Amino acid sequence: MEQTPQIPKEKFKMIHEDDNQEQEKIGTPSLTYLQDVRRRLLSNKVATVCMVLLSIIVLISVFAPIVAPHNPNEQKVEYANLPPKIGEANIPGFNGMQKRGGKVVNAYKEVGAPKGTTYLLGTDYLGRDLLSRIIYGTRLSLIVAILATLVDLIIGLPYGIISGWKGGRTDIVLQRIIEIISSIPNLIVVILMMIILKPGLASIVIAIALTDWVTMARLIRAQTFQLKEQEYILAARTLGESSTKIATKHLIPNLSSTIIIQTMFTIPNAIFFEAFLSFIGIGIPAPNASLGTLLSDGQKAFRFLPYQMWAPAIVLSIIMIATNLLGDGLRDAFDPQSSD
Amino acid sequence: MADEKTPIVQVKHLKQYFNIGKPNEVKAVDDVTFDIYPGETFGLVGESGSGKSTTGRSIIRLYNPTSGQILFKGQDISKLKNRSPKMKQFRRDMQMIFQDPYASLNPRMKVKDIIAEGLDIHGLVKNDDEREKRIKELLGMVHLNPEHMTRYPYEFSGGQRQRIGIARALAVDPQFIIADEPISALDVSIQAQVVNLLQDIQKQQGLTYMFIAHDLSMVKYISDRIAVMYHGKIVELADADEIYSHPLHAYTQSLLSAIPVPDPEVEKTRKRIDFDHSKHFTDNQTLQEVLPGHFLYCDDATAAKFKN
Repeated sequence: MEQTPQIPKEKFKMIHEDDNQEQEKIGTPSLTYLQDVRRRLLSNKVATVCMVLLSIIVLISVFAPIVAPHNPNEQKVEYANLPPKIGEANIPGFNGMQKRGGKVVNAYKEVGAPKGTTYLLGTDYLGRDLLSRIIYGTRLSLIVAILATLVDLIIGLPYGIISGWKGGRTDIVLQRIIEIISSIPNLIVVILMMIILKPGLASIVIAIALTDWVTMARLIRAQTFQLKEQEYILAARTLGESSTKIATKHLIPNLSSTIIIQTMFTIPNAIFFEAFLSFIGIGIPAPNASLGTLLSDGQKAFRFLPYQMWAPAIVLSIIMIATNLLGDGLRDAFDPQSSD
Repeated sequence: MADEKTPIVQVKHLKQYFNIGKPNEVKAVDDVTFDIYPGETFGLVGESGSGKSTTGRSIIRLYNPTSGQILFKGQDISKLKNRSPKMKQFRRDMQMIFQDPYASLNPRMKVKDIIAEGLDIHGLVKNDDEREKRIKELLGMVHLNPEHMTRYPYEFSGGQRQRIGIARALAVDPQFIIADEPISALDVSIQAQVVNLLQDIQKQQGLTYMFIAHDLSMVKYISDRIAVMYHGKIVELADADEIYSHPLHAYTQSLLSAIPVPDPEVEKTRKRIDFDHSKHFTDNQTLQEVLPGHFLYCDDATAAKFKN
């Protein structure tokens, strides 16, 4: 049997129309879009840590000439292969001690360096300061990464939007161009570039500019195809919004998660591509350092002088992991609907 | 009811084909003719894929019609160029309310910017104060709290979102609104709320509606005249009551027989009338007026029978 509670009549009260207003109230505070983005980003601890780490790395590489303790290309052959040393502190691994001829000796004393000579991360086989080389190398790698990102955004994004939005014949032509470009391996483009240009930053950047935006364009095109059938886009069209405005007001904000994720792939990819080219010897020419050349040099001596490879490898790993995690955080932060 | 008035919208032999000349050619709308009079609500019903939404979208020029004429206030708008001044005016006069309140609002925009989109495009407000004032006015019109204008769509319920969509359409002072299944995605209790709101606004502003739906009882409630669409064609067109009391076309009869009745006794005995496509369609049929104000898609012989 169903039971109905006995509630006396006087407990009921007519509601007034004003009460409806109360019902429609929404509890959370209202903020501007950017405030929202910042709040969500900062509430994500992992992303915040990554952002701080990346900012430090970026700042150090921007101010490399001031920060670097030595000239990165200055050779002092007599100081070759010195181990890391931090002042006079006796920290294992950073005290200047090194195994030579089966005995652990103070390498700095052995080479006759004056007291007070320290190389925080040691020196390489030509006696160049490793820390300074890493700082300059990071700077170069970041330049490559930023240029690759710009190319993605300046060429890839509009290309994808136009291809997806126009559809039909325009799309077919644009997609065939992309297929041709993506069918040529990057490496071949770089090698061809070196026939015209000298090996160096310019040829790497041009190779990236020619080929790297393809993935971005493809992803954006696919997303645009989906978005353009959305009813809010149709609504904008029935209101008479121009295509350019629809792209900037409706498409790009809704593409932002794809853009951010793809950018966060592009940055480590570009850094790694440069590192790879330098590693196999067709990248940045000597004596300039990049993370790739440092890894390449370090790898040769890894069995005896592991610190020469550890340091650049750690920096490279930190940059890659931090960009990826920050990218995740940014994607969530830009989405008003993500839970916080 | 409105026979003596001049129609606000005249659709003449509208055809909307897709993938023309390819194996997958679709005749979504195939030679459709009807008039809509000022102040009325014109209901368009039909099953999924019958072309009713496409008809609406062709009329508002989201598609370029394959052939035929669409006269709006006597002017053919089917061939207007996209950036011409006439097109711009047309974009103000005719507006649309969309089906899915979850897809029809840009999730990255605030409610105030969604509503003000039309105001901004057509330069209807001079400064931010005026813009704000107008947004508040529009929110009031659809019974939403003006404080909500700085919110994002996801913070609202389906009914509230649909009302935001209505406010966006009203922002440009349209005369004719195409409502493309505006309530089919809503909860039943909210459907009544939105439909009543639409009717109130119609009375206040003297709007004309074209109401696309597949919910027959709701269409009967809101419409003055109803057209039944099937396979891209209008098979019957008459006053709402006439359609429900004297359905002439076999398809309309079949449709009406499918409406469930909230009464177990009636439901027990209710018989669905089957509809066999091949029996009722031949090549020589057209839409013709068989009784005053009652149009039927049939051949001349059948029409003659009714006229006598």
